[in-house]
Amino acid sequence: MSDMRIHAEAEQERGLVRFGRFLRDNPVIPLIFFLILLVISHFYIVMPLRTGRTGALSAFWVNNLIKFAIPLAMLAACQVLTMLTAGIDLSAGIVATIAAFVCATLAPLIGVPGAVAIAIGCGVVVGLVNGFGVGVVRVHPLIMTLGTGLIATGCLQVYQRFVISTGTLVPEFLVWLGTGRTIGLPNGLFLFLPFALFILWLMRFTGFGRLLFALGSNEHAAKLSGVKSWQVFLALYALSGVIAALAGLLYLGMIRTPSLQLANPLLLPSVAAAVIGGTSIFGGRGSFAGAIVGALILRVIDTMLTLLQMPEGARIALFGLIILLVTALYVRITGSR
Amino acid sequence: MSGQNQNALLDATGVAKSFGAVRALTDASLHVAPGEVVALMGANGAGKSTFVKIITGALRPDAGKVLIRGNPAQVGSPAQARRSGLVPVYQEPSLIPDLDVADNLRLGDTPVEPFRHWVNELGIEGLRLNHMIADLPLATLRILDLARAISAEPDVLMLDEMTAALPTDLVERVLKTVRGQADEGRGVIYISHRFTEIQELCDSATVLRDGRTVGDLKIETGAEERVVELMLGAKIDLGKAAARARHENTGQPRLSARGLAVAPKVTDVSFDLYPGEVLGVVALEGQGQDEVFEVLSGFRKATGGTLEVDGEPASFAHPSQAIAKGLTFVPGDRAEALMRERSVRENIALPFSASLRNWGPLKGKHERARVGHAIEKLQIDTRAQGEVQRLSGGNQQKVTIGRWLAHGVETLLLFDPTRGIDVRTKRQIYPLVRELAEQGAAVLFYTSELEEVPLACDRAVVIFNGRVVDVIDAAEADEQTLMRAAYGLTEAKVAS
Repeated sequence: MSDMRIHAEAEQERGLVRFGRFLRDNPVIPLIFFLILLVISHFYIVMPLRTGRTGALSAFWVNNLIKFAIPLAMLAACQVLTMLTAGIDLSAGIVATIAAFVCATLAPLIGVPGAVAIAIGCGVVVGLVNGFGVGVVRVHPLIMTLGTGLIATGCLQVYQRFVISTGTLVPEFLVWLGTGRTIGLPNGLFLFLPFALFILWLMRFTGFGRLLFALGSNEHAAKLSGVKSWQVFLALYALSGVIAALAGLLYLGMIRTPSLQLANPLLLPSVAAAVIGGTSIFGGRGSFAGAIVGALILRVIDTMLTLLQMPEGARIALFGLIILLVTALYVRITGSR
Repeated sequence: MSGQNQNALLDATGVAKSFGAVRALTDASLHVAPGEVVALMGANGAGKSTFVKIITGALRPDAGKVLIRGNPAQVGSPAQARRSGLVPVYQEPSLIPDLDVADNLRLGDTPVEPFRHWVNELGIEGLRLNHMIADLPLATLRILDLARAISAEPDVLMLDEMTAALPTDLVERVLKTVRGQADEGRGVIYISHRFTEIQELCDSATVLRDGRTVGDLKIETGAEERVVELMLGAKIDLGKAAARARHENTGQPRLSARGLAVAPKVTDVSFDLYPGEVLGVVALEGQGQDEVFEVLSGFRKATGGTLEVDGEPASFAHPSQAIAKGLTFVPGDRAEALMRERSVRENIALPFSASLRNWGPLKGKHERARVGHAIEKLQIDTRAQGEVQRLSGGNQQKVTIGRWLAHGVETLLLFDPTRGIDVRTKRQIYPLVRELAEQGAAVLFYTSELEEVPLACDRAVVIFNGRVVDVIDAAEADEQTLMRAAYGLTEAKVAS
């Protein structure tokens, strides 16, 4: 009898382990469940609490959710890609801000195409410096991107002094992309969908993607196989810079007023979205699909907290607490970091 | 208890220790009398380092006892062992690099005056107490470690490969000083691979094999033969060497090393490796074989000598350059070669994506074919789908070899490929290596298990103390011969 029970428990244990493994290999599935759970509790718990009646899932609400999640998910792509190699890109936020500011201030002077090109060029330059520091000089990515981020912040302020008088112009198509809607969905998806497909393809089906996983998993093994890691780091951080610049341009179209702080507050949430999405900060494991869901989750939580009219301080603190809880839960389920 | 044991300074009896299912020690004992220098000997994997850790209190034994001066020593930690009178000097310097000499002495409560005295006695001049440890050469650090140990006036001094990094004049001084310590009534445990030093210094030898003490003998002329015999014992049968046609080396060597040097360990390594040949490398631990393989695989630059690949001078700044010349490397530590949480396929296919022009879309069909072939060839058990870390050690090792099989093998550098894997997998690896050679590959095969040499190799070069001391034909390479050569004994004969 007891023997059978032990056997059954062992079987169950094995089943649990297998379930954990399945979740670890497919982190998106529990995340989507969590997202749905959040949305439901938003409409059936939070809304009644504030307004006295349950809300309804409206196209407008969904549109807003997705719209604001897009730039966050794009910056999260920077974090996912760099985290795959056990790195991080802390300059992504300021790069996005610079791209937006430079584009808005240069557009009246040299025209939109030139301004956009220069804005993206700024991202490439910061990225190349990051890649050089990380890949060639071997500075820790955390320090390197923090340093370039600060330098870039300083440069932006100097730049602002020179262009203060020229006035700003937000390119028309960015406004369309940032605020427009097509069949009820934000136009930002026209940029984001191809972008997301490209990143997913890059990570899974290209040699470059393989090398990102390889460097994060075991850099020595990669070297042994003939991989020159500095090339990969240079390309990776340059790519991350371009993505951040694109995210900044899109965000400019959404907010329509460039400032010196524009996208900076998105930086830490982008790291959080990547981590919640199942990307390991120790490298070798990560998923962009997870980060997209992570970004959506963060947006829903933010909406809920706003609706609850919490004071700003409590909101931020609770935000941090929820991130920690979700991550802890995730680690518990999947047994991975 | 016998009289000898009561007088013994150190008396370890029946020591056993297991790590999980692995029994590292089953019945090890060691006795050190006052005024005696005892050599502790054993081949790779005999349990020597575990035994040393137990004696010095770094590990707790499962069974058995360690007595120091007849008192059951409370050997709970290295610090307690030190207090009870046993002071070890390890192969790796134990001084803290970012402090100066004086601070290091203070940390260990070492009296300064005796320390100065012994440093001078051991032949280091001009040492100032405010020298930073990090700025001092390795040889000096080892002497400082020894001087510090002697200044503590221990009952038993334990020296682990004390002379390994020392120039000859310092070796002489060390041997003289250690002998002097014994003559004052201290006991010394001397661990070394060098028979000449053991002959000169030691009174007796204790030999470990497969976790037990198999012999205590007096050091006298001819003792080394007996020691070698004891160390070898009876081994697990790894299968017969396949009858094969003797391989004739003709034409140009694939790989040719001349006077290869890597400061400070490797001084003079020369050999020729021909296509179609499996050339064994035989060496005790730390004789410079690691450095030689690192140079050949592009992880390190040689400091002297030349290397030719297919008759052309070669020098590698990065493994990618070695791979471009066809030199592919399987390291001894699987953890160095594998991406643990990635799939078998990704691990095997890693070199495909290495170069810049292969960063684009993966060539799925080509990759599947090559990887599939390697998996089939090596009979890698892929039932545990997914991550490589879920495979057994043997299967993991096959993945590291399979990587180069899929890539294409010209010159394969195998560094102890059978370390720590099961006998069945070992038996699969030897014929595979032979087959690769028959297909025209050149294989350099370092192994820490001597009985593998006649099974897998055509010839073997023996490296001792950073130099090639012998080249032995596989037909004559019985373990006795190899072991003697590996301990530098053949060379000693030539010298005397």
